[in-house]
Amino acid sequence: MIQAIAFYLLATVSVVSALLVVTAKNPVHSVLWLITTFFSAAGLFVMLGAEFLAMLLVVVYVGAVAVLFLFVVMMLDVDFVQLREGYAKYFPLAAIVGLILLAEMIVVAVAAAQGGAARGAELIPATDVSNVEAIGRVLYTEYVYIFQAAGLVLLVAMIGAIVLTLRYKPNIKRQDIGRQVNRRQSDAYANVQAESGKGVTLEDLK
Amino acid sequence: MEATTTSFWSTPVGWTLMTAGGILLVTVGILISLAFLLLADRKIWAGVQMRKGPNVVGPFGLLQSFADFFKFVLKEIVVPAGADKIVFLLAPLLTFVLAFIAWAVIPFAPGWVVSDLNVGVLYLFAVSSLGVYGIIMGGWASNSKYPFLGSLRSAAQMVSYEVSLGLIIVTVILLAGSMNLTTIVDNQAGWIWNWHAFGGGLGNLPLLIIMFPMSIVFFVSALAETNRPPFDLPEAESELVAGYQVEYSSTPYLLFMIGEYANIVLMCAMITLLFFGGWNPGFPTPFLDGAPQFLANLFYLGVFLFKTVFWFAMIAMVKAFVPRYRYDQLMRLGWKVFLPYSLVAVVLVAAWRVFGGAI
Repeated sequence: MIQAIAFYLLATVSVVSALLVVTAKNPVHSVLWLITTFFSAAGLFVMLGAEFLAMLLVVVYVGAVAVLFLFVVMMLDVDFVQLREGYAKYFPLAAIVGLILLAEMIVVAVAAAQGGAARGAELIPATDVSNVEAIGRVLYTEYVYIFQAAGLVLLVAMIGAIVLTLRYKPNIKRQDIGRQVNRRQSDAYANVQAESGKGVTLEDLK
Repeated sequence: MEATTTSFWSTPVGWTLMTAGGILLVTVGILISLAFLLLADRKIWAGVQMRKGPNVVGPFGLLQSFADFFKFVLKEIVVPAGADKIVFLLAPLLTFVLAFIAWAVIPFAPGWVVSDLNVGVLYLFAVSSLGVYGIIMGGWASNSKYPFLGSLRSAAQMVSYEVSLGLIIVTVILLAGSMNLTTIVDNQAGWIWNWHAFGGGLGNLPLLIIMFPMSIVFFVSALAETNRPPFDLPEAESELVAGYQVEYSSTPYLLFMIGEYANIVLMCAMITLLFFGGWNPGFPTPFLDGAPQFLANLFYLGVFLFKTVFWFAMIAMVKAFVPRYRYDQLMRLGWKVFLPYSLVAVVLVAAWRVFGGAI
Protein backbone atom coordinates (compact mmCIF):
# COMPACT_ATOMS: atom_id res chain seq x y z
CA MET A 1 0.00 0.00 0.00
CA ILE A 2 2.63 2.50 1.14
CA GLN A 3 4.93 1.06 -1.49
CA ALA A 4 2.37 1.63 -4.20
CA ILE A 5 1.82 5.22 -3.10
CA ALA A 6 5.58 5.84 -3.03
CA PHE A 7 6.01 4.27 -6.45
CA TYR A 8 3.28 6.31 -8.10
CA LEU A 9 4.53 9.48 -6.44
CA LEU A 10 8.09 8.95 -7.62
CA ALA A 11 7.02 7.80 -11.07
CA THR A 12 4.73 10.81 -11.54
CA VAL A 13 7.41 13.22 -10.38
CA SER A 14 10.00 11.70 -12.69
CA VAL A 15 7.70 11.73 -15.75
CA VAL A 16 6.42 15.26 -15.12
CA SER A 17 9.88 16.67 -14.47
CA ALA A 18 11.21 14.86 -17.54
CA LEU A 19 8.52 16.64 -19.54
CA LEU A 20 9.46 19.93 -17.97
CA VAL A 21 13.12 19.38 -18.91
CA VAL A 22 12.04 19.60 -22.54
CA THR A 23 9.40 22.30 -22.24
CA ALA A 24 11.03 24.74 -19.79
CA LYS A 25 11.98 27.95 -21.56
CA ASN A 26 15.03 28.72 -19.47
CA PRO A 27 17.83 26.15 -19.99
CA VAL A 28 18.94 26.49 -16.37
CA HIS A 29 15.45 25.49 -15.25
CA SER A 30 15.69 22.55 -17.64
CA VAL A 31 18.83 21.33 -15.90
CA LEU A 32 17.19 21.74 -12.50
CA TRP A 33 14.24 19.64 -13.66
CA LEU A 34 16.69 17.09 -15.01
CA ILE A 35 18.19 16.85 -11.53
CA THR A 36 14.71 16.25 -10.11
CA THR A 37 14.24 13.47 -12.67
CA PHE A 38 17.52 11.80 -11.67
CA PHE A 39 16.53 12.07 -8.06
CA SER A 40 13.17 10.40 -8.44
CA ALA A 41 14.78 7.71 -10.59
CA ALA A 42 17.17 7.10 -7.67
CA GLY A 43 14.12 6.81 -5.43
CA LEU A 44 12.67 4.17 -7.77
CA PHE A 45 15.95 2.23 -7.56
CA VAL A 46 15.73 2.28 -3.77
CA MET A 47 12.21 0.87 -3.99
CA LEU A 48 13.54 -1.98 -6.14
CA GLY A 49 16.02 -2.79 -3.38
CA ALA A 50 18.98 -1.55 -5.41
CA GLU A 51 20.18 1.11 -2.97
CA PHE A 52 23.77 0.87 -4.19
CA LEU A 53 22.76 1.76 -7.75
CA ALA A 54 20.56 4.55 -6.39
CA MET A 55 23.46 6.10 -4.49
CA LEU A 56 25.73 5.76 -7.54
CA LEU A 57 23.11 7.49 -9.65
CA VAL A 58 23.01 10.37 -7.20
CA VAL A 59 26.79 10.61 -6.78
CA VAL A 60 27.68 10.32 -10.48
CA TYR A 61 24.79 11.93 -12.31
CA VAL A 62 23.45 14.45 -9.83
CA GLY A 63 26.68 15.17 -7.97
CA ALA A 64 29.03 15.40 -10.93
CA VAL A 65 27.49 15.28 -14.41
CA ALA A 66 24.57 17.61 -13.73
CA VAL A 67 26.86 20.05 -11.91
CA LEU A 68 28.93 20.33 -15.08
CA PHE A 69 25.77 20.72 -17.18
CA LEU A 70 24.59 23.50 -14.92
CA PHE A 71 28.05 25.03 -14.93
CA VAL A 72 28.11 25.23 -18.73
CA VAL A 73 24.48 26.20 -19.24
CA MET A 74 24.71 29.00 -16.69
CA MET A 75 27.56 30.59 -18.59
CA LEU A 76 25.83 30.49 -21.99
CA ASP A 77 24.46 33.75 -23.24
CA VAL A 78 21.14 32.42 -24.42
CA ASP A 79 18.76 34.41 -26.57
CA PHE A 80 15.31 33.06 -25.70
CA VAL A 81 13.56 34.49 -28.76
CA GLN A 82 16.05 32.84 -31.07
CA LEU A 83 15.66 29.57 -29.21
CA ARG A 84 11.92 29.51 -29.78
CA GLU A 85 12.32 30.27 -33.48
CA GLY A 86 14.12 26.99 -34.06
CA TYR A 87 11.40 25.04 -32.30
CA ALA A 88 9.07 24.72 -35.27
CA LYS A 89 11.93 24.09 -37.67
CA TYR A 90 13.34 21.09 -35.83
CA PHE A 91 10.00 19.68 -34.77
CA PRO A 92 9.64 17.08 -37.59
CA LEU A 93 13.12 15.69 -36.93
CA ALA A 94 12.47 15.56 -33.20
CA ALA A 95 9.16 13.83 -33.80
CA ILE A 96 10.84 11.13 -35.92
CA VAL A 97 13.52 10.52 -33.28
CA GLY A 98 10.86 10.41 -30.57
CA LEU A 99 8.75 7.95 -32.52
CA ILE A 100 11.71 5.64 -33.14
CA LEU A 101 12.58 5.68 -29.42
CA LEU A 102 8.96 5.00 -28.49
CA ALA A 103 8.72 2.10 -30.95
CA GLU A 104 11.93 0.58 -29.57
CA MET A 105 10.72 0.87 -26.01
CA ILE A 106 7.42 -0.80 -26.88
CA VAL A 107 9.24 -3.63 -28.64
CA VAL A 108 11.52 -4.18 -25.63
CA ALA A 109 8.64 -4.02 -23.17
CA VAL A 110 6.55 -6.49 -25.16
CA ALA A 111 9.50 -8.83 -25.61
CA ALA A 112 10.27 -8.74 -21.90
CA ALA A 113 6.65 -9.31 -21.00
CA GLN A 114 6.40 -12.33 -23.28
CA GLY A 115 9.44 -13.82 -21.63
CA GLY A 116 12.05 -13.37 -24.30
CA ALA A 117 15.04 -11.30 -23.32
CA ALA A 118 14.87 -11.16 -19.55
CA ARG A 119 13.95 -14.79 -18.93
CA GLY A 120 16.64 -17.35 -18.36
CA ALA A 121 19.05 -14.85 -16.85
CA GLU A 122 17.47 -14.98 -13.41
CA LEU A 123 18.49 -12.38 -10.86
CA ILE A 124 20.92 -13.45 -8.17
CA PRO A 125 18.79 -14.14 -5.11
CA ALA A 126 19.67 -11.37 -2.66
CA THR A 127 19.32 -13.39 0.49
CA ASP A 128 22.41 -12.98 2.64
CA VAL A 129 24.55 -10.95 0.27
CA SER A 130 24.21 -7.16 0.28
CA ASN A 131 23.68 -5.67 -3.12
CA VAL A 132 27.10 -4.01 -3.19
CA GLU A 133 28.65 -7.43 -2.78
CA ALA A 134 26.36 -9.03 -5.35
CA ILE A 135 27.23 -6.42 -7.99
CA GLY A 136 30.92 -6.65 -7.13
CA ARG A 137 30.97 -10.42 -7.51
CA VAL A 138 29.40 -10.32 -10.94
CA LEU A 139 31.38 -7.28 -12.10
CA TYR A 140 34.80 -8.65 -11.18
CA THR A 141 34.27 -12.24 -12.25
CA GLU A 142 31.89 -12.78 -15.12
CA TYR A 143 32.09 -9.32 -16.69
CA VAL A 144 35.63 -8.37 -15.73
CA TYR A 145 36.86 -7.88 -19.30
CA ILE A 146 33.89 -5.77 -20.31
CA PHE A 147 34.27 -3.78 -17.10
CA GLN A 148 37.96 -3.15 -17.78
CA ALA A 149 37.18 -2.25 -21.39
CA ALA A 150 34.64 0.31 -20.19
CA GLY A 151 37.33 1.74 -17.92
CA LEU A 152 39.71 1.98 -20.89
CA VAL A 153 37.10 3.78 -22.98
CA LEU A 154 36.67 6.31 -20.19
CA LEU A 155 40.43 6.72 -19.91
CA VAL A 156 40.70 7.40 -23.64
CA ALA A 157 37.85 9.92 -23.43
CA MET A 158 39.58 11.64 -20.54
CA ILE A 159 42.91 11.84 -22.32
CA GLY A 160 41.11 13.12 -25.42
CA ALA A 161 39.46 15.90 -23.45
CA ILE A 162 42.76 16.89 -21.85
CA VAL A 163 44.60 16.91 -25.18
CA LEU A 164 41.88 19.05 -26.77
CA THR A 165 41.91 21.67 -24.04
CA LEU A 166 45.57 21.75 -23.06
CA ARG A 167 47.28 24.68 -24.69
CA TYR A 168 50.74 25.59 -23.59
CA LYS A 169 51.20 29.34 -23.69
CA PRO A 170 54.89 30.11 -23.32
CA ASN A 171 54.59 33.73 -22.26
CA ILE A 172 52.36 33.13 -19.27
CA LYS A 173 53.76 33.52 -15.77
CA ARG A 174 53.52 30.30 -13.87
CA GLN A 175 54.24 29.32 -10.32
CA ASP A 176 56.91 26.65 -10.04
CA ILE A 177 56.49 25.30 -6.53
CA GLY A 178 59.72 23.26 -6.69
CA ARG A 179 61.79 26.29 -7.63
CA GLN A 180 60.10 28.38 -5.01
CA VAL A 181 60.83 25.90 -2.25
CA ASN A 182 64.43 25.35 -3.38
CA ARG A 183 65.17 29.06 -3.45
CA ARG A 184 67.80 29.91 -0.84
CA GLN A 185 68.56 33.15 0.88
CA SER A 186 71.84 33.44 -0.98
CA ASP A 187 70.07 33.35 -4.38
CA ALA A 188 67.83 36.19 -3.45
CA TYR A 189 70.02 38.91 -2.05
CA ALA A 190 73.58 39.80 -0.99
CA ASN A 191 74.87 41.87 1.83
CA VAL A 192 77.44 44.33 0.63
CA GLN A 193 79.53 46.58 2.81
CA ALA A 194 79.31 49.77 0.78
CA GLU A 195 82.23 52.15 1.12
CA SER A 196 81.13 55.62 1.92
CA GLY A 197 81.08 57.98 -1.03
CA LYS A 198 81.34 55.18 -3.58
CA GLY A 199 77.97 53.43 -3.57
CA VAL A 200 77.21 50.04 -5.03
CA THR A 201 76.79 49.00 -8.66
CA LEU A 202 75.13 45.87 -9.96
CA GLU A 203 78.55 44.37 -10.71
CA ASP A 204 79.47 44.37 -7.03
CA LEU A 205 76.42 42.29 -6.16
CA LYS A 206 77.44 39.37 -8.37
CA MET B 1 2.67 -5.46 29.56
CA GLU B 2 6.06 -5.69 27.96
CA ALA B 3 4.73 -7.75 25.06
CA THR B 4 1.99 -5.25 24.16
CA THR B 5 4.35 -2.26 24.14
CA THR B 6 6.91 -3.95 21.91
CA SER B 7 4.23 -5.05 19.48
CA PHE B 8 2.89 -1.49 19.21
CA TRP B 9 6.33 -0.13 18.30
CA SER B 10 6.75 -2.76 15.59
CA THR B 11 3.43 -1.95 13.90
CA PRO B 12 3.63 0.50 10.95
CA VAL B 13 2.07 3.31 12.98
CA GLY B 14 4.37 2.79 15.96
CA TRP B 15 7.40 2.44 13.72
CA THR B 16 6.53 5.65 11.87
CA LEU B 17 6.05 7.47 15.18
CA MET B 18 9.39 6.15 16.46
CA THR B 19 11.23 7.22 13.31
CA ALA B 20 9.57 10.63 13.26
CA GLY B 21 10.50 11.09 16.91
CA GLY B 22 14.07 10.08 16.18
CA ILE B 23 14.29 12.53 13.28
CA LEU B 24 12.84 15.31 15.42
CA LEU B 25 15.25 14.55 18.25
CA VAL B 26 18.29 14.57 15.97
CA THR B 27 17.21 17.73 14.11
CA VAL B 28 16.39 19.72 17.22
CA GLY B 29 19.51 18.45 18.96
CA ILE B 30 21.69 19.55 16.05
CA LEU B 31 19.97 22.94 15.78
CA ILE B 32 20.51 23.70 19.46
CA SER B 33 24.09 22.47 19.49
CA LEU B 34 24.74 24.51 16.34
CA ALA B 35 23.77 27.64 18.24
CA PHE B 36 26.50 26.98 20.78
CA LEU B 37 29.01 25.68 18.24
CA LEU B 38 28.60 28.92 16.29
CA LEU B 39 29.43 30.82 19.45
CA ALA B 40 32.35 28.45 20.14
CA ASP B 41 33.63 29.10 16.63
CA ARG B 42 33.63 32.85 17.24
CA LYS B 43 35.09 32.46 20.73
CA ILE B 44 37.95 30.26 19.51
CA TRP B 45 38.63 32.62 16.65
CA ALA B 46 38.68 35.52 19.09
CA GLY B 47 40.86 33.58 21.53
CA VAL B 48 43.56 32.96 18.92
CA GLN B 49 43.58 36.68 18.13
CA MET B 50 43.58 37.60 21.86
CA ARG B 51 40.16 39.20 21.71
CA LYS B 52 37.25 38.42 23.98
CA GLY B 53 34.68 37.58 21.33
CA PRO B 54 30.93 37.89 21.92
CA ASN B 55 30.43 38.31 25.68
CA VAL B 56 27.46 40.60 26.16
CA VAL B 57 24.26 38.57 25.60
CA GLY B 58 23.81 36.16 28.51
CA PRO B 59 26.58 34.81 30.74
CA PHE B 60 29.86 34.61 28.73
CA GLY B 61 27.80 35.55 25.66
CA LEU B 62 26.14 32.13 25.69
CA LEU B 63 22.88 33.48 24.25
CA GLN B 64 24.56 35.41 21.41
CA SER B 65 23.45 32.95 18.73
CA PHE B 66 19.82 33.20 19.85
CA ALA B 67 19.97 36.98 19.69
CA ASP B 68 21.43 36.71 16.17
CA PHE B 69 18.68 34.28 15.25
CA PHE B 70 15.91 36.67 16.23
CA LYS B 71 17.64 39.51 14.47
CA PHE B 72 17.86 37.54 11.23
CA VAL B 73 14.29 36.29 11.38
CA LEU B 74 12.72 39.67 12.13
CA LYS B 75 14.38 41.49 9.21
CA GLU B 76 12.80 41.96 5.80
CA ILE B 77 13.59 39.47 3.04
CA VAL B 78 14.94 41.41 0.09
CA VAL B 79 14.71 39.75 -3.30
CA PRO B 80 16.60 41.61 -6.05
CA ALA B 81 14.45 42.85 -8.94
CA GLY B 82 16.37 40.92 -11.61
CA ALA B 83 16.55 37.71 -9.62
CA ASP B 84 14.96 34.43 -10.59
CA LYS B 85 12.67 34.51 -7.58
CA ILE B 86 11.85 30.82 -7.15
CA VAL B 87 15.39 29.54 -7.62
CA PHE B 88 16.67 32.38 -5.46
CA LEU B 89 14.55 31.27 -2.52
CA LEU B 90 14.96 27.57 -3.26
CA ALA B 91 18.75 27.70 -2.97
CA PRO B 92 19.03 28.39 0.80
CA LEU B 93 16.24 25.90 1.50
CA LEU B 94 18.11 23.26 -0.46
CA THR B 95 21.35 23.93 1.42
CA PHE B 96 19.52 23.72 4.73
CA VAL B 97 17.63 20.52 3.95
CA LEU B 98 20.64 18.73 2.46
CA ALA B 99 22.75 19.60 5.49
CA PHE B 100 20.19 17.94 7.74
CA ILE B 101 19.15 14.84 5.79
CA ALA B 102 22.74 13.63 5.90
CA TRP B 103 22.46 13.19 9.67
CA ALA B 104 19.96 10.36 9.13
CA VAL B 105 22.70 7.76 8.81
CA ILE B 106 25.10 9.05 11.49
CA PRO B 107 25.28 6.52 14.35
CA PHE B 108 25.59 8.47 17.60
CA ALA B 109 25.97 5.41 19.82
CA PRO B 110 25.44 1.65 19.29
CA GLY B 111 21.95 1.40 17.82
CA TRP B 112 21.23 5.12 18.10
CA VAL B 113 20.80 5.91 14.44
CA VAL B 114 17.74 7.07 12.51
CA SER B 115 18.36 4.85 9.49
CA ASP B 116 21.02 2.14 9.53
CA LEU B 117 21.53 1.99 5.74
CA ASN B 118 23.94 -0.60 4.47
CA VAL B 119 25.33 1.92 2.00
CA GLY B 120 25.56 4.62 4.67
CA VAL B 121 28.96 5.98 3.67
CA LEU B 122 27.88 6.28 0.07
CA TYR B 123 24.70 8.06 1.16
CA LEU B 124 26.76 10.57 3.13
CA PHE B 125 29.04 11.08 0.15
CA ALA B 126 26.07 11.51 -2.20
CA VAL B 127 24.37 14.06 0.03
CA SER B 128 27.54 16.06 0.61
CA SER B 129 28.17 16.11 -3.14
CA LEU B 130 24.75 17.71 -3.60
CA GLY B 131 25.65 20.62 -1.34
CA VAL B 132 27.15 22.42 -4.31
CA TYR B 133 23.68 23.00 -5.81
CA GLY B 134 22.60 25.41 -3.12
CA ILE B 135 25.60 27.57 -3.87
CA ILE B 136 25.39 27.39 -7.66
CA MET B 137 21.66 28.07 -7.69
CA GLY B 138 22.02 30.96 -5.25
CA GLY B 139 24.83 32.51 -7.26
CA TRP B 140 23.05 32.20 -10.58
CA ALA B 141 19.60 33.26 -9.40
CA SER B 142 20.95 36.46 -7.80
CA ASN B 143 21.56 37.74 -11.35
CA SER B 144 24.55 39.70 -10.17
CA LYS B 145 28.27 39.55 -10.95
CA TYR B 146 29.98 38.81 -7.64
CA PRO B 147 27.58 36.06 -6.57
CA PHE B 148 27.94 34.45 -9.99
CA LEU B 149 31.74 34.50 -9.85
CA GLY B 150 31.60 33.10 -6.33
CA SER B 151 29.33 30.27 -7.34
CA LEU B 152 31.49 29.37 -10.35
CA ARG B 153 34.54 29.17 -8.14
CA SER B 154 32.76 27.12 -5.59
CA ALA B 155 31.41 24.65 -8.13
CA ALA B 156 34.91 23.94 -9.42
CA GLN B 157 36.35 23.78 -5.92
CA MET B 158 33.79 21.42 -4.45
CA VAL B 159 33.82 19.09 -7.45
CA SER B 160 37.63 18.91 -7.31
CA TYR B 161 37.90 18.07 -3.63
CA GLU B 162 35.04 15.59 -3.77
CA VAL B 163 37.19 13.33 -5.91
CA SER B 164 39.93 12.90 -3.33
CA LEU B 165 37.34 12.77 -0.54
CA GLY B 166 35.69 9.85 -2.32
CA LEU B 167 38.97 8.00 -2.80
CA ILE B 168 39.89 8.40 0.88
CA ILE B 169 36.49 7.03 1.84
CA VAL B 170 37.29 4.04 -0.40
CA THR B 171 40.41 3.29 1.70
CA VAL B 172 38.27 3.21 4.83
CA ILE B 173 35.69 0.99 3.16
CA LEU B 174 38.51 -1.37 2.16
CA LEU B 175 39.73 -1.53 5.76
CA ALA B 176 36.31 -2.09 7.27
CA GLY B 177 34.98 -4.29 4.47
CA SER B 178 31.60 -2.59 4.68
CA MET B 179 29.76 0.57 3.72
CA ASN B 180 27.59 0.47 6.82
CA LEU B 181 28.69 3.16 9.27
CA THR B 182 27.84 1.04 12.33
CA THR B 183 30.02 -1.78 11.02
CA ILE B 184 32.81 0.68 10.24
CA VAL B 185 32.72 1.97 13.81
CA ASP B 186 32.48 -1.53 15.29
CA ASN B 187 35.57 -2.43 13.30
CA GLN B 188 37.47 0.15 15.37
CA ALA B 189 36.36 -1.13 18.79
CA GLY B 190 38.89 -1.88 21.51
CA TRP B 191 42.23 -0.20 21.89
CA ILE B 192 43.21 3.02 20.22
CA TRP B 193 45.39 1.31 17.57
CA ASN B 194 42.24 -0.26 16.15
CA TRP B 195 41.15 3.13 14.85
CA HIS B 196 41.38 3.43 11.09
CA ALA B 197 43.66 6.44 11.39
CA PHE B 198 46.23 4.10 12.95
CA GLY B 199 45.74 1.34 10.40
CA GLY B 200 42.85 -0.51 12.05
CA GLY B 201 44.42 -3.14 14.33
CA LEU B 202 47.90 -4.23 15.41
CA GLY B 203 48.20 -6.61 12.46
CA ASN B 204 47.72 -3.64 10.16
CA LEU B 205 50.09 -1.30 11.92
CA PRO B 206 52.18 -0.70 8.74
CA LEU B 207 49.07 0.91 7.28
CA LEU B 208 49.58 3.71 9.79
CA ILE B 209 51.97 5.26 7.28
CA ILE B 210 49.13 5.49 4.78
CA MET B 211 46.04 5.95 6.88
CA PHE B 212 47.22 8.67 9.24
CA PRO B 213 48.20 11.05 6.41
CA MET B 214 44.94 10.10 4.70
CA SER B 215 42.97 11.19 7.75
CA ILE B 216 44.72 14.55 7.59
CA VAL B 217 44.08 14.82 3.85
CA PHE B 218 40.45 14.06 4.62
CA PHE B 219 40.39 16.85 7.17
CA VAL B 220 41.86 19.35 4.71
CA SER B 221 39.51 18.21 1.94
CA ALA B 222 36.63 18.59 4.37
CA LEU B 223 37.69 22.20 4.89
CA ALA B 224 37.64 22.74 1.13
CA GLU B 225 34.34 20.91 0.71
CA THR B 226 32.60 23.07 3.30
CA ASN B 227 34.14 26.31 1.99
CA ARG B 228 35.85 27.01 5.29
CA PRO B 229 38.96 29.16 5.53
CA PRO B 230 41.66 28.77 4.24
CA PHE B 231 39.57 27.59 1.28
CA ASP B 232 36.68 30.05 1.56
CA LEU B 233 37.16 31.31 -1.99
CA PRO B 234 33.45 31.23 -2.88
CA GLU B 235 32.89 34.02 -0.37
CA ALA B 236 36.34 35.58 -0.20
CA GLU B 237 35.36 38.90 1.35
CA SER B 238 38.40 40.75 0.10
CA GLU B 239 37.76 39.91 -3.57
CA LEU B 240 34.11 38.95 -3.99
CA VAL B 241 32.49 40.82 -1.07
CA ALA B 242 30.69 37.69 0.14
CA GLY B 243 30.44 35.60 -3.02
CA TYR B 244 27.14 33.84 -3.56
CA GLN B 245 25.68 35.34 -0.39
CA VAL B 246 25.89 38.98 -1.49
CA GLU B 247 22.22 39.37 -2.37
CA TYR B 248 20.86 37.32 0.53
CA SER B 249 19.38 38.86 3.62
CA SER B 250 17.49 37.87 6.75
CA THR B 251 16.02 34.34 6.87
CA PRO B 252 17.40 33.01 3.56
CA TYR B 253 20.85 34.11 4.67
CA LEU B 254 20.27 32.46 8.04
CA LEU B 255 19.33 29.20 6.29
CA PHE B 256 22.55 29.35 4.26
CA MET B 257 24.56 29.91 7.40
CA ILE B 258 22.90 27.15 9.43
CA GLY B 259 23.28 24.79 6.49
CA GLU B 260 26.96 25.65 6.18
CA TYR B 261 27.62 25.03 9.87
CA ALA B 262 25.56 21.83 9.89
CA ASN B 263 27.75 20.64 7.02
CA ILE B 264 30.91 21.50 8.92
CA VAL B 265 29.75 19.57 11.98
CA LEU B 266 28.73 16.71 9.70
CA MET B 267 32.25 16.60 8.28
CA CYS B 268 33.63 16.53 11.85
CA ALA B 269 31.31 13.62 12.62
CA MET B 270 32.47 11.87 9.43
CA ILE B 271 36.15 12.23 10.37
CA THR B 272 35.31 10.83 13.81
CA LEU B 273 33.35 7.90 12.43
CA LEU B 274 35.63 6.96 9.59
CA PHE B 275 39.05 7.45 11.15
CA PHE B 276 38.91 8.08 14.87
CA GLY B 277 36.77 5.28 16.22
CA GLY B 278 33.33 6.91 16.33
CA TRP B 279 31.86 6.21 19.76
CA ASN B 280 34.77 3.96 20.83
CA PRO B 281 36.82 5.69 23.54
CA GLY B 282 40.11 4.06 22.47
CA PHE B 283 40.24 1.47 25.26
CA PRO B 284 38.13 -1.62 25.95
CA THR B 285 35.07 -0.90 28.07
CA PRO B 286 34.36 -4.08 30.11
CA PHE B 287 33.13 -1.91 32.98
CA LEU B 288 30.07 -1.04 30.88
CA ASP B 289 29.02 -4.67 30.34
CA GLY B 290 26.91 -4.81 33.48
CA ALA B 291 25.45 -1.32 33.06
CA PRO B 292 22.01 -0.80 31.51
CA GLN B 293 22.09 -0.31 27.74
CA PHE B 294 20.81 3.24 28.04
CA LEU B 295 23.60 4.38 30.39
CA ALA B 296 26.26 2.64 28.32
CA ASN B 297 24.92 4.36 25.22
CA LEU B 298 25.01 7.72 26.99
CA PHE B 299 28.69 7.15 27.70
CA TYR B 300 29.34 6.26 24.03
CA LEU B 301 27.32 9.28 22.91
CA GLY B 302 29.51 11.48 25.11
CA VAL B 303 32.67 10.03 23.56
CA PHE B 304 31.33 10.58 20.05
CA LEU B 305 30.28 14.16 20.79
CA PHE B 306 33.62 14.91 22.45
CA LYS B 307 35.54 13.80 19.37
CA THR B 308 33.22 15.67 17.02
CA VAL B 309 33.56 18.87 19.02
CA PHE B 310 37.33 18.37 19.10
CA TRP B 311 37.44 18.32 15.29
CA PHE B 312 35.14 21.30 15.17
CA ALA B 313 37.56 23.19 17.42
CA MET B 314 40.38 22.25 15.02
CA ILE B 315 38.40 23.62 12.08
CA ALA B 316 37.65 26.79 14.03
CA MET B 317 41.33 27.29 14.82
CA VAL B 318 42.44 26.70 11.23
CA LYS B 319 40.23 29.67 10.31
CA ALA B 320 42.20 31.86 12.68
CA PHE B 321 45.75 31.01 11.75
CA VAL B 322 45.99 29.94 8.11
CA PRO B 323 45.90 32.58 5.36
CA ARG B 324 43.55 32.07 2.41
CA TYR B 325 44.78 30.05 -0.56
CA ARG B 326 45.08 31.60 -3.98
CA TYR B 327 42.71 29.99 -6.48
CA ASP B 328 45.31 28.32 -8.71
CA GLN B 329 47.11 26.97 -5.65
CA LEU B 330 43.86 25.54 -4.37
CA MET B 331 43.32 23.71 -7.65
CA ARG B 332 46.91 22.52 -7.66
CA LEU B 333 46.55 21.12 -4.14
CA GLY B 334 43.35 19.30 -5.05
CA TRP B 335 44.29 17.81 -8.40
CA LYS B 336 48.06 17.46 -8.31
CA VAL B 337 48.69 16.63 -4.65
CA PHE B 338 45.65 15.11 -2.95
CA LEU B 339 44.25 13.18 -5.90
CA PRO B 340 47.46 11.26 -6.79
CA TYR B 341 48.28 10.58 -3.14
CA SER B 342 44.83 9.26 -2.35
CA LEU B 343 44.83 7.13 -5.53
CA VAL B 344 48.14 5.58 -4.48
CA ALA B 345 46.72 5.06 -0.98
CA VAL B 346 43.73 3.17 -2.39
CA VAL B 347 46.03 0.92 -4.41
CA LEU B 348 48.33 0.29 -1.43
CA VAL B 349 45.52 -0.44 1.03
CA ALA B 350 43.85 -2.76 -1.48
CA ALA B 351 47.17 -4.56 -2.03
CA TRP B 352 47.65 -4.87 1.75
CA ARG B 353 44.20 -6.40 2.13
CA VAL B 354 44.96 -9.01 -0.50
CA PHE B 355 48.63 -9.81 0.14
CA GLY B 356 49.35 -8.28 3.52
CA GLY B 357 48.83 -9.20 7.15
CA ALA B 358 45.82 -10.54 8.94
CA ILE B 359 42.73 -8.45 9.28
